[in-house]
Amino acid sequence: MGVDFIDESEVLTPADEEFHIDKNIFKVPFVCGCRNLGEALRRIGEGAALIRTKGEAGTGNVVEAVRHMRTVLGHVRKLQTMDRAELMTEAKNLGAPYDIVMHIAETGRLPVPNFSAGGVATPADAALMMHLGAETVFVGSGIFKSGDPAERAKRIVDAVTHYRDYERLVDISKGLGEPMVGIDIHKMPENEKFADRGW
Amino acid sequence: MPKRIGVLALQGGYAAHAAVLQRLGADVIEVRLPEHLAECDALVMPGGESTTIIRLLQRNLLDSAIIERANAGMSIFATCAGLILLSKRISSGAERGGQPTLGLLDVAVVRNGFGRQLDSFEADLQIKGFDAPLRAIFIRAPIITDVGPGVDVLATVDDKVVMVQQGKLLAAAFHPELLSDDRIHAHFLDAVVEH
Repeated sequence: MGVDFIDESEVLTPADEEFHIDKNIFKVPFVCGCRNLGEALRRIGEGAALIRTKGEAGTGNVVEAVRHMRTVLGHVRKLQTMDRAELMTEAKNLGAPYDIVMHIAETGRLPVPNFSAGGVATPADAALMMHLGAETVFVGSGIFKSGDPAERAKRIVDAVTHYRDYERLVDISKGLGEPMVGIDIHKMPENEKFADRGW
Repeated sequence: MPKRIGVLALQGGYAAHAAVLQRLGADVIEVRLPEHLAECDALVMPGGESTTIIRLLQRNLLDSAIIERANAGMSIFATCAGLILLSKRISSGAERGGQPTLGLLDVAVVRNGFGRQLDSFEADLQIKGFDAPLRAIFIRAPIITDVGPGVDVLATVDDKVVMVQQGKLLAAAFHPELLSDDRIHAHFLDAVVEH
């Protein structure tokens, strides 16, 4: 069919609760989600070409996106500081392919790009995720459930572009109307949380 | 004093370009606003998604600023989507034409000229003035057509033009920033910017 990219969408609409797609046999690139480095590296080992830290989709609450980004990139930094002899055990504990663990220990980077999703609702949220190390930001309901979706979308793009320009971020955030009302994740029933889905 | 090279950092593969330029000893700054461009001696326009980048150029008032600097003689190196933005015309090809461009390089381009993502490929290119072939990565790359009289063709793939130079403007349909062969960036710094 010539599609350019496939989202495995293993969070929102899982079709298999045990296995993931063997993405290495496809020529079309795949994007997958993760909450921690082990999940990210298993997906990359299966052939994912792009990774998102999942956050908690549909909440307008950025706290899970922050947690997942810090967890993944904090663990990348940890691998960089470890002794080579420790890395096989670390790969075992992560449940991650050893060769990718070694690659990260040497380069300090994931071998594929990583963006942030799940709960970003304001320009400030987007700038925060960029500061934490996201290569870009995905926003869905944070835009569509707000008072002025078109303008909010433009401002969030502006915030990603100018995330280190703090005076500009203030202007970008002004006069934007009603944001999406955030949901407190601690008050959500456990079975409604997307972020707990993952294996 | 090393020249200060701006890398357009609105969208796309700017980080890889910045890394190559730094490796070659250039003083690199990321360009997101006209005031950043004003600090640069030259500009690199990376690949990405060309309709997105032109919108962001317009939104950040960089389109007119780049045209003004180019007309005043600033050197520009553009790759892939950057080439599309630099060109005078987009032919309707695999994708619809008609999107705005900066209109500085006297060529027409066909977006996704080699096809879609699945048709992306690598090739060894013979580049005019280079001693040895250069490995090149083409990702949904454009093709250059209708080359104007002041434009020098530097490389082709299957008779399709993929690299050109027009005075201070250097443009490639592929991604020289993704491999460790830095000869094109070095050519830009030594023979275009310094010339």
